[in-house]
Amino acid sequence: MNVYETGGTRPTALLAGPPSDAHTWNLLYLQLLMTELGWQVSNLGPCTPVRLLVAESARCAPDLVVISTVNGHGYHEGLTLIRSLRREAHLRDTPIVVGGKLGIDGPDDGSRLKRLRDAGYDDVFDGDGQVPRFQVLLDSLRHHARRQASPAPAVR
Amino acid sequence: MATATGPSPAVGPSFHTFISDARRDRRLVVQPRMGFSDTGAMTAGLRATRAARATTVGTITVDSYTRTGELGAVERALRDGVALNGYPLASIDPGVTRTMLGEVGHPSFPVQVRHGSAAPTKIFEALLEAGLDATEGGPVSYCLPYSRRPLHLAVAEWAHCCRRLAARREDGANPHLESFGGCMLGQLCPPGLLIAITVLEALFFRQHGIRSVSVSFAQQTNHRQDLEGVQALRALCAELLTDVDWHVVVYAYMGVYPRTPRGAREILRAAARLAHGGGAARLIVKTTAEAHRIPTIGENVEALELAAAAAADVTPQAVPDSGIRDEARQLIHAVLSMDADVGRALVSAFARGYLDVPYCIHPDNHAATTTSMDADGWLRWADVGSLPLTPDAVSSPPLLTSAGLLRALSHVQRSYDGA
Repeated sequence: MNVYETGGTRPTALLAGPPSDAHTWNLLYLQLLMTELGWQVSNLGPCTPVRLLVAESARCAPDLVVISTVNGHGYHEGLTLIRSLRREAHLRDTPIVVGGKLGIDGPDDGSRLKRLRDAGYDDVFDGDGQVPRFQVLLDSLRHHARRQASPAPAVR
Repeated sequence: MATATGPSPAVGPSFHTFISDARRDRRLVVQPRMGFSDTGAMTAGLRATRAARATTVGTITVDSYTRTGELGAVERALRDGVALNGYPLASIDPGVTRTMLGEVGHPSFPVQVRHGSAAPTKIFEALLEAGLDATEGGPVSYCLPYSRRPLHLAVAEWAHCCRRLAARREDGANPHLESFGGCMLGQLCPPGLLIAITVLEALFFRQHGIRSVSVSFAQQTNHRQDLEGVQALRALCAELLTDVDWHVVVYAYMGVYPRTPRGAREILRAAARLAHGGGAARLIVKTTAEAHRIPTIGENVEALELAAAAAADVTPQAVPDSGIRDEARQLIHAVLSMDADVGRALVSAFARGYLDVPYCIHPDNHAATTTSMDADGWLRWADVGSLPLTPDAVSSPPLLTSAGLLRALSHVQRSYDGA
């Protein structure tokens, strides 16, 4: 399919807007940012159907799935989405994060974020100023992926 | 559905009559973006819009589950008491919507349905059934940036919807359809392409029987360039839309919005000056809450009144010609020459890259074009891809890094918040 794929070496990430979210600039920005930080990014674009996200993640076994949403349905739709994704065997242990503007009334007191985490997101980035924290996560995942990818040391 | 079997809706003054009356009196019509899942809130919002000290048109923005056809998700949200980001027009009893419209004084007070759908049949059926006949979108502008639907399917469905809407003419109405084509991705698109797409969509609407159209133009990052763009759009409509009623609608900046109330008000005033000074008839406003969340009714009313007041002081302004009109005209004629059917011409044009929206990820878009922004916000082509244009002689580097993109995306926020 004709997605914006950018080259590079591992680790790999799938990036997508949830089914009802038509915004693109957030996805383009994250794609560029992650590419610059050494990730290979497959940007599925806005309004990604759940089945496409499931199929693409089975195909490329990403080290990270990033859901970015700013239309205000992120909290409600994000819960449905993560439940669907976590039902898939190949996505049970994949790091999946969600971020953007998640509610229609601005960031909340934290209870909705807790529910999103409890439902299966590894991390939640709500509202402005979250990029540095997202970068920290990317760094730690990249080191983790690199360790896993390197050959096991000889034990004898 | 209702157009065949239901009661014929009362025919009142048309959207077009309202706009042209205001134009004759040199009043800019201002309109919010507004949609609530709660009918009470929606009614209050329309009422407050009408009561604002400005010449206003009401808006019912449809929620984004309805927009994408996820009516099951609408049902779940309504059942769970979850507030949606718009009015679920296709899931609410049309009688309830009709009652609401009656209470707010429609059709003397025109109301437009705004939705963003590439597959809008259910939304068109619902709005017709509720007695409405003004909406917006387009086969390109609501497909490429907003969905993954193949363009040819969106074209076919939009043609069907245009004919459904146009059938209201048989009842004596003059249904109105606005092209959103002047707002592709909202930002970082040189105006020539925006103008070409919105005019081509208007020609598509006309081909399918609509006789009252509007064409759009999004305020971007340089006021002079925008002003020239609005005037170029009007000139091309006068050339190409000779047998339909048309007007221009300007959209207040759609990108990363100023965070300070002062900055947000200032860019809205600039949008009002752009609309009225450029000869547009209508302005879609944004509010001081835009950078933070979906605005309240009160914030919308404040924005409507502020924009109307700012427009009142403006006189038409002429700007030097940098070639936007010629660029748009070249694109339009290149597309129209591909096929006598406008829909097929649009599909062929995207397949060949004669139309190519910069940074748009849709599979039917080449995405070979890139743009750049001068220090003063003037937008240029960095790479014209296969567009039938000669590239700008002078060009800044394309926006290829996250920092560069962020700088361009936040140009307006920076200029207005820091001003």
